[in-house]
Amino acid sequence: MKLRLRVIALALLVAANAWWLAAGANRGWTKTLLPVTALDEVTGLTGITYEKRFLPGLDLLGLAWLGAAVLAGASLISRTTTHTQTHTKT
Amino acid sequence: MKYTLGLLSALTLTGAALAAPQTFDFKDPKGVNNAVFKLDAPLEAINGSASGITGTVSYDPENPGATKGKIVVAATTLTVPNALMKDHLHGDKWLDVKQHAEISFEVKALKNAKTTGNETTAEATGTFTLKGVAKELTVPVKLTFLPDKLAARSPNLKGDLLVVRSTFQIQRADFDIMPGQAADKVAETIEIVLSIAGASPK
Repeated sequence: MKLRLRVIALALLVAANAWWLAAGANRGWTKTLLPVTALDEVTGLTGITYEKRFLPGLDLLGLAWLGAAVLAGASLISRTTTHTQTHTKT
Repeated sequence: MKYTLGLLSALTLTGAALAAPQTFDFKDPKGVNNAVFKLDAPLEAINGSASGITGTVSYDPENPGATKGKIVVAATTLTVPNALMKDHLHGDKWLDVKQHAEISFEVKALKNAKTTGNETTAEATGTFTLKGVAKELTVPVKLTFLPDKLAARSPNLKGDLLVVRSTFQIQRADFDIMPGQAADKVAETIEIVLSIAGASPK
């Protein structure tokens, strides 16, 4: 059980970091709308529209790290419980 | 003699008609008009824009200094990339867009107008209204008159375009936007960049 929890924690950490890096390593908040600019050649103005796209930020990465830490912590508790039960039986 | 007087009168009237100020409508079907706002606080930078721009400006190519008008931004169109931040921005603690649906700037006079070709730079004095609070502001503006360019934008229409650009700063405390609070995350100074084009069909 403890090994399974640690593997899940590690997998969560690696996956979250890989996703965040692959998405562009956004160091701000998670974005759900991204600005798209388009130049109007007649006036020289740049128009801004927003397209719906998900871009993970540091807040989501932090949440994944926290989740991984909780899982890793749970694995430690799991080991202690198993040890106590074994000792009682003996 | 009568013919000469008639011709002179006709020429005078035509001249007066040509020199009359034109009204430019800033409701933009192309969706290019926008107002960008930037806040740079020690812990957080917020950048967003608003697209719901309407209003009219009266502009005389022969006398750009007499320009007057009102530009209105629909507060509900203020957008930032983070959905939660957008909800907070629109909420009653910050801009309260339900109660104060419009942000506007009504230009009453242009000062120090300098015109070179089709471009005029000046200082626009008028009333800026945000969250129901109206303040007199003087901001730098650049007007670019583009005669007969409306067809290039809207093929079915003939007329002129007027491009207005302005960058200025306001203090959020002056407009009762959570004065003195959360200054580490939400800057006290808001920079506004207005880039808009109006059309005057003929």
